Amino acid sequence: MSTIGYKSWAVDMADVGAMYPFQGAEVPMVIVGVVFWVGWHVIQFNRETIELEEARKAASAAQIKAALERY
Amino acid sequence: MDGNLNALTTIFTEFYYWVTVVFMFLIHVGFCMYEVGASRRKNHMHTLMKNVMIIPLVTVTFFFFGWWIYWAFPNFPLFGGLDMAAGSANAPWSENMGTNASDRITGVFWAAFLLFSWTAASIVSGSVIERIRSSALWVHAVLIGSVWWIIDASWGWHYGGWMVKYLGYHDAYASGVIHAIAGGYALGVLWVLGPRIGKFSSNGKPRDIPPHNPWMVTLGIFMIYTGFWGFYAACNVPLISPEVIGGEIVGTTWTATNIYLAPTTLGAITVNFLLSLSGGLMATYIVSKGDAFWTFSGGLAGIIGASAGNDLYHPMQALIIGAIVPVIAYKLHNYVERKFKIDDAVGAVAVHGYAGFLGVVIAGFVLWGAPSSPFEGYAVITPWGQLAGAIIMFLVLGFIPAYVVARIQAARGTLRIPAEVELQGLDLGGQQAYDDAVAEITAASAKHIKSE
Repeated sequence: MSTIGYKSWAVDMADVGAMYPFQGAEVPMVIVGVVFWVGWHVIQFNRETIELEEARKAASAAQIKAALERY
Repeated sequence: MDGNLNALTTIFTEFYYWVTVVFMFLIHVGFCMYEVGASRRKNHMHTLMKNVMIIPLVTVTFFFFGWWIYWAFPNFPLFGGLDMAAGSANAPWSENMGTNASDRITGVFWAAFLLFSWTAASIVSGSVIERIRSSALWVHAVLIGSVWWIIDASWGWHYGGWMVKYLGYHDAYASGVIHAIAGGYALGVLWVLGPRIGKFSSNGKPRDIPPHNPWMVTLGIFMIYTGFWGFYAACNVPLISPEVIGGEIVGTTWTATNIYLAPTTLGAITVNFLLSLSGGLMATYIVSKGDAFWTFSGGLAGIIGASAGNDLYHPMQALIIGAIVPVIAYKLHNYVERKFKIDDAVGAVAVHGYAGFLGVVIAGFVLWGAPSSPFEGYAVITPWGQLAGAIIMFLVLGFIPAYVVARIQAARGTLRIPAEVELQGLDLGGQQAYDDAVAEITAASAKHIKSE
Protein backbone atom coordinates (compact mmCIF):
# COMPACT_ATOMS: atom_id res chain seq x y z
CA MET A 1 0.00 0.00 0.00
CA SER A 2 1.27 3.49 -0.85
CA THR A 3 -0.70 6.74 -0.58
CA ILE A 4 1.06 8.16 -3.66
CA GLY A 5 0.59 5.14 -5.96
CA TYR A 6 4.26 4.14 -6.07
CA LYS A 7 5.98 1.68 -3.73
CA SER A 8 9.45 2.16 -5.24
CA TRP A 9 11.17 4.51 -7.69
CA ALA A 10 12.12 1.70 -10.07
CA VAL A 11 10.25 3.52 -12.80
CA ASP A 12 10.75 5.10 -16.22
CA MET A 13 10.18 8.83 -15.59
CA ALA A 14 8.46 9.08 -18.97
CA ASP A 15 5.63 7.06 -17.46
CA VAL A 16 5.31 9.00 -14.21
CA GLY A 17 2.52 11.53 -13.81
CA ALA A 18 0.77 12.57 -10.61
CA MET A 19 2.54 11.46 -7.45
CA TYR A 20 0.75 13.14 -4.56
CA PRO A 21 -1.16 11.29 -1.85
CA PHE A 22 -4.83 10.34 -2.15
CA GLN A 23 -5.18 10.79 -5.90
CA GLY A 24 -8.86 10.66 -6.81
CA ALA A 25 -9.88 12.65 -3.73
CA GLU A 26 -9.00 16.06 -5.20
CA VAL A 27 -12.55 17.44 -5.12
CA PRO A 28 -13.16 16.64 -1.42
CA MET A 29 -9.76 18.10 -0.60
CA VAL A 30 -10.65 21.32 -2.43
CA ILE A 31 -13.98 21.45 -0.58
CA VAL A 32 -12.11 21.26 2.73
CA GLY A 33 -9.91 24.13 1.54
CA VAL A 34 -12.88 26.28 0.53
CA VAL A 35 -14.58 25.68 3.91
CA PHE A 36 -11.35 26.74 5.64
CA TRP A 37 -11.18 29.92 3.55
CA VAL A 38 -14.83 30.97 3.99
CA GLY A 39 -14.73 30.07 7.67
CA TRP A 40 -11.70 32.27 8.15
CA HIS A 41 -13.56 35.29 6.72
CA VAL A 42 -16.56 34.64 8.98
CA ILE A 43 -14.43 34.35 12.13
CA GLN A 44 -12.32 37.39 11.24
CA PHE A 45 -15.33 39.56 10.38
CA ASN A 46 -17.15 38.75 13.63
CA ARG A 47 -14.03 39.26 15.73
CA GLU A 48 -13.21 42.57 14.04
CA THR A 49 -16.75 43.85 14.61
CA ILE A 50 -16.47 43.18 18.35
CA GLU A 51 -12.98 44.71 18.57
CA LEU A 52 -13.98 47.88 16.74
CA GLU A 53 -17.03 48.31 18.95
CA GLU A 54 -14.94 47.86 22.10
CA ALA A 55 -12.34 50.32 20.79
CA ARG A 56 -15.05 52.84 19.95
CA LYS A 57 -16.49 52.64 23.46
CA ALA A 58 -13.05 52.82 25.05
CA ALA A 59 -12.03 55.93 23.13
CA SER A 60 -11.07 58.85 25.34
CA ALA A 61 -9.78 62.34 24.75
CA ALA A 62 -6.52 61.49 26.50
CA GLN A 63 -5.90 58.46 24.31
CA ILE A 64 -6.65 60.41 21.16
CA LYS A 65 -4.28 63.17 22.28
CA ALA A 66 -1.55 60.61 22.97
CA ALA A 67 -2.09 58.99 19.57
CA LEU A 68 -1.86 62.34 17.82
CA GLU A 69 1.32 63.25 19.68
CA ARG A 70 2.97 59.95 18.66
CA TYR A 71 2.11 60.75 15.01
CA MET B 1 9.52 15.04 -22.09
CA ASP B 2 10.44 12.83 -25.03
CA GLY B 3 14.06 13.92 -25.46
CA ASN B 4 16.83 15.56 -23.52
CA LEU B 5 16.56 18.85 -25.45
CA ASN B 6 12.89 19.02 -24.51
CA ALA B 7 13.79 18.06 -20.96
CA LEU B 8 16.42 20.79 -20.77
CA THR B 9 14.05 23.42 -22.20
CA THR B 10 11.27 22.39 -19.85
CA ILE B 11 13.43 22.43 -16.74
CA PHE B 12 15.06 25.71 -17.80
CA THR B 13 11.61 27.24 -18.23
CA GLU B 14 10.50 25.84 -14.88
CA PHE B 15 13.53 27.36 -13.16
CA TYR B 16 13.17 30.66 -15.07
CA TYR B 17 9.65 31.22 -13.77
CA TRP B 18 10.65 30.12 -10.29
CA VAL B 19 13.32 32.84 -10.20
CA THR B 20 10.80 35.45 -11.35
CA VAL B 21 8.46 34.45 -8.53
CA VAL B 22 11.18 34.95 -5.91
CA PHE B 23 12.03 38.35 -7.40
CA MET B 24 8.39 39.38 -7.47
CA PHE B 25 8.02 38.61 -3.78
CA LEU B 26 10.06 41.78 -3.29
CA ILE B 27 7.17 43.76 -4.79
CA HIS B 28 5.02 42.71 -1.89
CA VAL B 29 7.77 43.37 0.64
CA GLY B 30 8.06 46.82 -0.91
CA PHE B 31 4.34 47.48 -0.73
CA CYS B 32 4.30 46.49 2.95
CA MET B 33 7.24 48.77 3.77
CA TYR B 34 5.76 51.60 1.74
CA GLU B 35 2.35 51.37 3.40
CA VAL B 36 3.73 51.13 6.93
CA GLY B 37 6.12 54.02 6.28
CA ALA B 38 3.29 56.14 4.88
CA SER B 39 0.93 55.40 7.77
CA ARG B 40 1.00 57.09 11.13
CA ARG B 41 2.38 55.30 14.18
CA LYS B 42 -1.09 54.69 15.59
CA ASN B 43 -1.95 52.50 12.59
CA HIS B 44 1.28 50.62 11.87
CA MET B 45 0.38 47.06 12.84
CA HIS B 46 -3.09 47.28 11.35
CA THR B 47 -1.67 48.61 8.10
CA LEU B 48 0.93 45.86 7.96
CA MET B 49 -1.51 43.06 8.74
CA LYS B 50 -3.99 44.39 6.20
CA ASN B 51 -1.42 44.02 3.46
CA VAL B 52 0.27 40.82 4.64
CA MET B 53 -3.01 38.89 4.82
CA ILE B 54 -3.58 39.67 1.15
CA ILE B 55 -0.92 37.03 0.49
CA PRO B 56 -2.79 33.98 1.83
CA LEU B 57 -6.26 35.17 0.88
CA VAL B 58 -5.43 35.84 -2.75
CA THR B 59 -3.29 32.71 -2.90
CA VAL B 60 -6.01 30.31 -1.82
CA THR B 61 -8.69 31.95 -3.95
CA PHE B 62 -6.41 32.12 -6.97
CA PHE B 63 -5.90 28.39 -6.50
CA PHE B 64 -9.63 27.76 -6.10
CA PHE B 65 -10.92 29.79 -9.06
CA GLY B 66 -8.57 32.54 -10.32
CA TRP B 67 -6.36 30.29 -12.39
CA TRP B 68 -9.37 28.49 -13.83
CA ILE B 69 -10.84 31.83 -14.92
CA TYR B 70 -7.70 32.70 -16.88
CA TRP B 71 -7.92 29.54 -18.96
CA ALA B 72 -11.71 29.30 -19.29
CA PHE B 73 -12.61 32.94 -20.05
CA PRO B 74 -10.62 34.06 -23.17
CA ASN B 75 -13.79 34.39 -25.28
CA PHE B 76 -16.45 34.29 -22.57
CA PRO B 77 -19.13 35.64 -22.54
CA LEU B 78 -19.28 37.86 -25.65
CA PHE B 79 -17.41 35.82 -28.24
CA GLY B 80 -17.95 32.23 -27.20
CA GLY B 81 -18.54 29.94 -24.27
CA LEU B 82 -16.25 28.88 -21.49
CA ASP B 83 -13.22 26.91 -22.61
CA MET B 84 -13.93 23.97 -20.36
CA ALA B 85 -11.08 21.84 -21.67
CA ALA B 86 -8.40 24.41 -20.87
CA GLY B 87 -10.21 25.36 -17.66
CA SER B 88 -10.43 21.83 -16.33
CA ALA B 89 -6.71 21.28 -16.92
CA ASN B 90 -6.11 24.18 -14.54
CA ALA B 91 -8.92 23.63 -12.05
CA PRO B 92 -7.96 23.17 -8.39
CA TRP B 93 -8.73 19.44 -8.59
CA SER B 94 -6.67 18.93 -11.78
CA GLU B 95 -3.74 16.54 -11.54
CA ASN B 96 -1.60 19.32 -13.05
CA MET B 97 -1.93 21.36 -9.86
CA GLY B 98 -0.27 18.72 -7.67
CA THR B 99 3.14 17.07 -7.73
CA ASN B 100 3.22 15.72 -11.25
CA ALA B 101 6.31 14.58 -13.14
CA SER B 102 4.56 14.94 -16.50
CA ASP B 103 3.74 18.64 -15.96
CA ARG B 104 6.51 20.81 -14.54
CA ILE B 105 5.33 24.15 -15.87
CA THR B 106 1.76 24.67 -14.65
CA GLY B 107 2.86 25.14 -11.05
CA VAL B 108 5.45 27.86 -11.69
CA PHE B 109 3.25 29.54 -14.29
CA TRP B 110 0.41 29.58 -11.76
CA ALA B 111 2.75 31.06 -9.17
CA ALA B 112 3.94 33.81 -11.52
CA PHE B 113 0.35 34.81 -12.21
CA LEU B 114 -0.40 34.63 -8.50
CA LEU B 115 2.32 37.17 -7.76
CA PHE B 116 0.70 39.47 -10.34
CA SER B 117 -2.55 38.96 -8.42
CA TRP B 118 -0.97 39.99 -5.12
CA THR B 119 0.30 43.13 -6.83
CA ALA B 120 -3.14 44.05 -8.12
CA ALA B 121 -4.64 43.65 -4.64
CA SER B 122 -1.76 45.40 -2.91
CA ILE B 123 -2.11 48.46 -5.15
CA VAL B 124 -5.65 48.91 -3.83
CA SER B 125 -4.55 48.27 -0.24
CA GLY B 126 -2.14 51.20 -0.15
CA SER B 127 -4.62 53.81 -1.27
CA VAL B 128 -7.18 53.12 1.47
CA ILE B 129 -4.98 52.91 4.57
CA GLU B 130 -5.92 54.24 8.00
CA ARG B 131 -9.71 54.11 7.68
CA ILE B 132 -10.93 50.99 5.86
CA ARG B 133 -12.00 47.90 7.79
CA SER B 134 -9.58 45.04 7.18
CA SER B 135 -12.47 42.67 6.49
CA ALA B 136 -13.75 45.02 3.77
CA LEU B 137 -10.34 45.39 2.14
CA TRP B 138 -9.82 41.64 2.14
CA VAL B 139 -13.08 41.11 0.25
CA HIS B 140 -11.83 43.61 -2.32
CA ALA B 141 -8.44 41.89 -2.38
CA VAL B 142 -10.05 38.59 -3.31
CA LEU B 143 -12.24 40.25 -5.94
CA ILE B 144 -9.50 42.25 -7.66
CA GLY B 145 -6.81 39.60 -7.12
CA SER B 146 -8.71 36.44 -8.04
CA VAL B 147 -11.63 37.63 -10.17
CA TRP B 148 -11.53 40.97 -11.98
CA TRP B 149 -7.89 41.28 -12.95
CA ILE B 150 -7.71 37.67 -14.09
CA ILE B 151 -10.79 38.15 -16.26
CA ASP B 152 -9.04 41.05 -17.98
CA ALA B 153 -5.90 38.93 -18.28
CA SER B 154 -7.92 36.19 -19.93
CA TRP B 155 -9.44 38.68 -22.37
CA GLY B 156 -6.41 40.85 -23.10
CA TRP B 157 -3.33 38.97 -21.87
CA HIS B 158 -3.97 35.46 -23.18
CA TYR B 159 -2.75 34.57 -26.67
CA GLY B 160 -6.32 33.57 -27.56
CA GLY B 161 -8.16 36.36 -25.72
CA TRP B 162 -10.95 38.15 -27.59
CA MET B 163 -9.45 41.58 -26.97
CA VAL B 164 -6.25 40.46 -28.68
CA LYS B 165 -8.12 38.86 -31.57
CA TYR B 166 -10.64 41.57 -32.31
CA LEU B 167 -9.17 44.77 -30.84
CA GLY B 168 -5.51 44.03 -31.50
CA TYR B 169 -5.00 44.77 -27.81
CA HIS B 170 -1.32 44.90 -26.91
CA ASP B 171 -0.13 45.21 -23.32
CA ALA B 172 3.10 43.26 -23.02
CA TYR B 173 4.03 44.20 -19.43
CA ALA B 174 0.58 44.96 -18.09
CA SER B 175 0.11 48.74 -18.17
CA GLY B 176 -3.58 47.99 -18.41
CA VAL B 177 -4.18 44.43 -17.30
CA ILE B 178 -2.69 45.00 -13.86
CA HIS B 179 -2.02 48.68 -13.28
CA ALA B 180 -4.96 50.43 -14.96
CA ILE B 181 -7.47 47.98 -13.53
CA ALA B 182 -6.00 48.12 -10.02
CA GLY B 183 -5.85 51.92 -10.13
CA GLY B 184 -9.42 52.10 -11.39
CA TYR B 185 -10.48 49.65 -8.71
CA ALA B 186 -8.76 51.72 -6.01
CA LEU B 187 -10.57 54.83 -7.25
CA GLY B 188 -13.91 53.02 -7.07
CA VAL B 189 -13.33 52.09 -3.42
CA LEU B 190 -11.95 55.53 -2.52
CA TRP B 191 -14.95 57.26 -4.07
CA VAL B 192 -17.24 55.56 -1.55
CA LEU B 193 -14.83 55.27 1.37
CA GLY B 194 -14.11 58.99 1.68
CA PRO B 195 -11.00 60.78 2.95
CA ARG B 196 -9.20 60.34 6.25
CA ILE B 197 -10.32 62.68 9.01
CA GLY B 198 -8.47 65.97 8.60
CA LYS B 199 -7.33 65.39 5.04
CA PHE B 200 -9.31 68.34 3.74
CA SER B 201 -9.72 71.72 5.40
CA SER B 202 -13.13 73.33 5.77
CA ASN B 203 -12.61 75.23 2.52
CA GLY B 204 -11.81 71.98 0.70
CA LYS B 205 -8.07 72.45 0.43
CA PRO B 206 -6.18 69.15 0.74
CA ARG B 207 -3.69 68.81 3.58
CA ASP B 208 -0.54 66.80 3.29
CA ILE B 209 -0.39 63.84 5.68
CA PRO B 210 3.37 63.21 5.74
CA PRO B 211 4.70 59.67 5.97
CA HIS B 212 5.70 58.63 9.46
CA ASN B 213 8.92 57.13 8.12
CA PRO B 214 10.12 58.48 4.76
CA TRP B 215 13.13 56.13 4.76
CA MET B 216 10.89 53.11 4.95
CA VAL B 217 8.82 54.55 2.11
CA THR B 218 11.99 54.99 0.05
CA LEU B 219 13.24 51.47 0.70
CA GLY B 220 9.78 50.15 -0.06
CA ILE B 221 9.61 51.71 -3.48
CA PHE B 222 13.15 50.58 -4.31
CA MET B 223 12.05 47.05 -3.39
CA ILE B 224 9.13 47.44 -5.78
CA TYR B 225 11.54 48.52 -8.54
CA THR B 226 13.63 45.40 -7.84
CA GLY B 227 10.65 43.10 -7.90
CA PHE B 228 9.55 44.71 -11.14
CA TRP B 229 12.56 43.10 -12.86
CA GLY B 230 11.13 39.74 -12.02
CA PHE B 231 7.72 40.88 -13.14
CA TYR B 232 9.04 41.84 -16.57
CA ALA B 233 10.85 38.52 -17.00
CA ALA B 234 7.77 36.63 -15.85
CA CYS B 235 5.70 38.22 -18.63
CA ASN B 236 7.94 36.57 -21.25
CA VAL B 237 8.21 33.03 -22.49
CA PRO B 238 11.99 32.54 -22.25
CA LEU B 239 12.53 30.05 -25.07
CA ILE B 240 10.12 28.52 -27.55
CA SER B 241 10.24 27.08 -31.07
CA PRO B 242 8.05 28.30 -33.95
CA GLU B 243 6.68 24.78 -34.16
CA VAL B 244 5.41 24.92 -30.58
CA ILE B 245 3.94 28.39 -31.07
CA GLY B 246 2.05 27.09 -34.09
CA GLY B 247 1.48 30.51 -35.61
CA GLU B 248 2.78 32.31 -38.67
CA ILE B 249 6.47 32.38 -37.72
CA VAL B 250 8.43 30.19 -40.14
CA GLY B 251 11.82 28.49 -39.87
CA THR B 252 13.36 26.67 -36.94
CA THR B 253 14.94 29.52 -34.97
CA TRP B 254 13.85 29.50 -31.33
CA THR B 255 13.02 32.79 -29.66
CA ALA B 256 11.87 34.48 -26.53
CA THR B 257 8.34 35.86 -26.76
CA ASN B 258 6.01 38.16 -24.94
CA ILE B 259 2.85 36.85 -23.28
CA TYR B 260 1.12 36.73 -26.69
CA LEU B 261 3.84 34.41 -28.05
CA ALA B 262 5.07 37.21 -30.34
CA PRO B 263 8.84 37.75 -30.59
CA THR B 264 10.85 39.99 -28.27
CA THR B 265 14.16 39.77 -26.41
CA LEU B 266 15.03 39.89 -22.73
CA GLY B 267 17.79 42.36 -23.60
CA ALA B 268 15.40 44.83 -25.20
CA ILE B 269 12.95 44.84 -22.33
CA THR B 270 15.79 45.28 -19.83
CA VAL B 271 17.03 48.41 -21.62
CA ASN B 272 13.51 49.77 -22.02
CA PHE B 273 12.74 49.12 -18.35
CA LEU B 274 15.74 51.21 -17.32
CA LEU B 275 15.06 54.01 -19.79
CA SER B 276 11.41 54.33 -18.85
CA LEU B 277 12.37 54.33 -15.15
CA SER B 278 14.88 57.07 -15.86
CA GLY B 279 12.40 59.14 -17.86
CA GLY B 280 9.89 58.91 -15.04
CA LEU B 281 12.37 59.87 -12.34
CA MET B 282 13.75 62.83 -14.29
CA ALA B 283 10.43 64.29 -15.42
CA THR B 284 8.70 63.89 -12.08
CA TYR B 285 11.66 65.41 -10.25
CA ILE B 286 11.14 68.54 -12.36
CA VAL B 287 7.36 68.69 -12.23
CA SER B 288 7.15 67.96 -8.49
CA LYS B 289 9.98 70.39 -7.75
CA GLY B 290 12.14 67.62 -6.30
CA ASP B 291 9.50 66.10 -4.02
CA ALA B 292 11.03 62.76 -3.04
CA PHE B 293 7.72 60.91 -2.75
CA TRP B 294 6.55 61.92 -6.19
CA THR B 295 9.96 61.53 -7.83
CA PHE B 296 10.24 57.91 -6.72
CA SER B 297 6.61 57.20 -7.57
CA GLY B 298 7.14 58.93 -10.91
CA GLY B 299 9.91 56.45 -11.72
CA LEU B 300 7.46 53.65 -11.16
CA ALA B 301 4.81 55.46 -13.22
CA GLY B 302 7.36 55.87 -16.02
CA ILE B 303 7.87 52.10 -16.20
CA ILE B 304 4.14 51.48 -16.01
CA GLY B 305 3.47 54.04 -18.74
CA ALA B 306 5.87 52.38 -21.17
CA SER B 307 5.10 48.80 -20.18
CA ALA B 308 2.37 48.17 -22.75
CA GLY B 309 4.89 48.45 -25.58
CA ASN B 310 8.25 47.88 -23.93
CA ASP B 311 8.63 44.58 -25.80
CA LEU B 312 9.01 46.53 -29.04
CA TYR B 313 9.85 50.18 -28.24
CA HIS B 314 13.19 51.77 -29.01
CA PRO B 315 14.91 52.86 -25.78
CA MET B 316 14.40 56.54 -26.63
CA GLN B 317 10.68 55.91 -27.06
CA ALA B 318 10.65 54.21 -23.67
CA LEU B 319 12.47 57.21 -22.19
CA ILE B 320 10.12 59.83 -23.61
CA ILE B 321 6.93 57.87 -22.88
CA GLY B 322 8.30 57.16 -19.41
CA ALA B 323 8.76 60.91 -18.94
CA ILE B 324 5.42 62.11 -20.34
CA VAL B 325 3.09 59.67 -18.60
CA PRO B 326 4.04 60.40 -14.96
CA VAL B 327 3.73 64.15 -15.52
CA ILE B 328 0.15 63.76 -16.73
CA ALA B 329 -0.60 61.29 -13.94
CA TYR B 330 0.80 63.72 -11.35
CA LYS B 331 -1.31 66.60 -12.66
CA LEU B 332 -4.39 64.39 -12.80
CA HIS B 333 -3.82 63.26 -9.22
CA ASN B 334 -3.80 66.83 -7.95
CA TYR B 335 -6.84 67.76 -10.02
CA VAL B 336 -8.92 64.77 -8.91
CA GLU B 337 -7.85 65.22 -5.28
CA ARG B 338 -9.04 68.82 -5.20
CA LYS B 339 -12.09 68.45 -7.41
CA PHE B 340 -13.56 65.23 -6.01
CA LYS B 341 -11.97 65.16 -2.53
CA ILE B 342 -10.32 61.81 -3.17
CA ASP B 343 -7.78 60.89 -0.49
CA ASP B 344 -5.43 58.41 -2.14
CA ALA B 345 -2.87 57.92 0.64
CA VAL B 346 -0.08 56.61 -1.59
CA GLY B 347 -0.97 58.04 -4.99
CA ALA B 348 -1.83 54.56 -6.29
CA VAL B 349 -4.62 55.71 -8.58
CA ALA B 350 -2.23 58.06 -10.36
CA VAL B 351 0.87 55.88 -10.44
CA HIS B 352 -0.95 52.72 -11.46
CA GLY B 353 -4.35 53.76 -12.78
CA TYR B 354 -3.76 56.92 -14.80
CA ALA B 355 -0.24 55.90 -15.88
CA GLY B 356 -1.44 52.44 -16.90
CA PHE B 357 -4.39 53.84 -18.85
CA LEU B 358 -2.20 56.34 -20.68
CA GLY B 359 0.44 53.72 -21.38
CA VAL B 360 -2.06 51.47 -23.11
CA VAL B 361 -3.40 54.32 -25.25
CA ILE B 362 0.04 55.65 -26.21
CA ALA B 363 1.11 52.15 -27.34
CA GLY B 364 -1.77 52.28 -29.82
CA PHE B 365 -0.17 55.26 -31.56
CA VAL B 366 3.48 54.25 -31.35
CA LEU B 367 2.85 50.63 -32.40
CA TRP B 368 0.04 51.45 -34.86
CA GLY B 369 -0.26 48.68 -37.48
CA ALA B 370 2.09 46.24 -35.74
CA PRO B 371 0.83 42.65 -35.35
CA SER B 372 -0.67 41.97 -31.96
CA SER B 373 -0.15 38.24 -32.27
CA PRO B 374 1.81 35.63 -34.25
CA PHE B 375 -1.48 33.94 -35.16
CA GLU B 376 -3.30 34.53 -38.44
CA GLY B 377 -6.43 36.65 -38.56
CA TYR B 378 -5.79 38.74 -35.44
CA ALA B 379 -6.40 42.50 -35.55
CA VAL B 380 -3.34 44.73 -35.67
CA ILE B 381 -2.53 47.25 -32.95
CA THR B 382 -4.49 50.53 -33.30
CA PRO B 383 -5.17 53.60 -31.16
CA TRP B 384 -8.90 52.84 -31.02
CA GLY B 385 -8.32 49.20 -30.05
CA GLN B 386 -5.98 50.32 -27.28
CA LEU B 387 -8.38 53.06 -26.11
CA ALA B 388 -11.23 50.56 -25.91
CA GLY B 389 -8.94 48.20 -24.02
CA ALA B 390 -7.87 50.89 -21.57
CA ILE B 391 -11.50 51.77 -20.84
CA ILE B 392 -12.35 48.11 -20.28
CA MET B 393 -9.45 47.80 -17.83
CA PHE B 394 -9.82 51.01 -15.84
CA LEU B 395 -13.56 51.55 -15.89
CA VAL B 396 -15.49 48.38 -16.77
CA LEU B 397 -13.48 45.81 -14.82
CA GLY B 398 -11.85 48.20 -12.34
CA PHE B 399 -13.83 51.22 -11.18
CA ILE B 400 -17.39 49.94 -11.60
CA PRO B 401 -17.15 46.61 -9.71
CA ALA B 402 -15.22 48.30 -6.90
CA TYR B 403 -17.76 51.10 -6.63
CA VAL B 404 -20.71 48.70 -6.51
CA VAL B 405 -19.18 46.41 -3.87
CA ALA B 406 -18.00 49.36 -1.77
CA ARG B 407 -21.49 50.88 -1.90
CA ILE B 408 -22.94 47.60 -0.63
CA GLN B 409 -20.36 47.47 2.16
CA ALA B 410 -21.01 51.11 3.08
CA ALA B 411 -24.78 50.52 3.18
CA ARG B 412 -24.22 47.63 5.59
CA GLY B 413 -21.85 49.70 7.72
CA THR B 414 -18.94 47.33 7.10
CA LEU B 415 -16.68 49.47 4.94
CA ARG B 416 -15.19 52.06 7.25
CA ILE B 417 -14.01 52.03 10.86
CA PRO B 418 -15.79 54.25 13.43
CA ALA B 419 -14.54 57.85 13.62
CA GLU B 420 -13.51 57.44 17.27
CA VAL B 421 -11.29 54.51 16.35
CA GLU B 422 -9.83 56.35 13.38
CA LEU B 423 -8.83 59.25 15.63
CA GLN B 424 -7.24 57.18 18.38
CA GLY B 425 -5.70 54.77 15.87
CA LEU B 426 -6.34 51.17 14.98
CA ASP B 427 -3.41 49.95 17.05
CA LEU B 428 -4.74 51.31 20.33
CA GLY B 429 -5.43 47.86 21.78
CA GLY B 430 -2.02 46.60 20.76
CA GLN B 431 -0.36 49.80 21.95
CA GLN B 432 -2.06 49.51 25.33
CA ALA B 433 -0.93 45.89 25.68
CA TYR B 434 2.60 46.90 24.66
CA ASP B 435 2.68 49.77 27.20
CA ASP B 436 1.31 47.50 29.95
CA ALA B 437 3.87 44.79 29.18
CA VAL B 438 6.72 47.32 29.21
CA ALA B 439 5.50 48.77 32.54
CA GLU B 440 5.15 45.31 34.09
CA ILE B 441 8.54 43.98 33.04
CA THR B 442 10.23 47.27 34.00
CA ALA B 443 8.66 47.15 37.48
CA ALA B 444 9.58 43.48 37.89
CA SER B 445 13.16 44.15 36.86
CA ALA B 446 13.43 47.10 39.28
CA LYS B 447 12.06 44.95 42.11
CA HIS B 448 14.60 42.22 41.30
CA ILE B 449 17.48 44.74 41.39
CA LYS B 450 16.37 46.09 44.80
CA SER B 451 16.15 42.60 46.32
CA GLU B 452 19.76 41.76 45.37
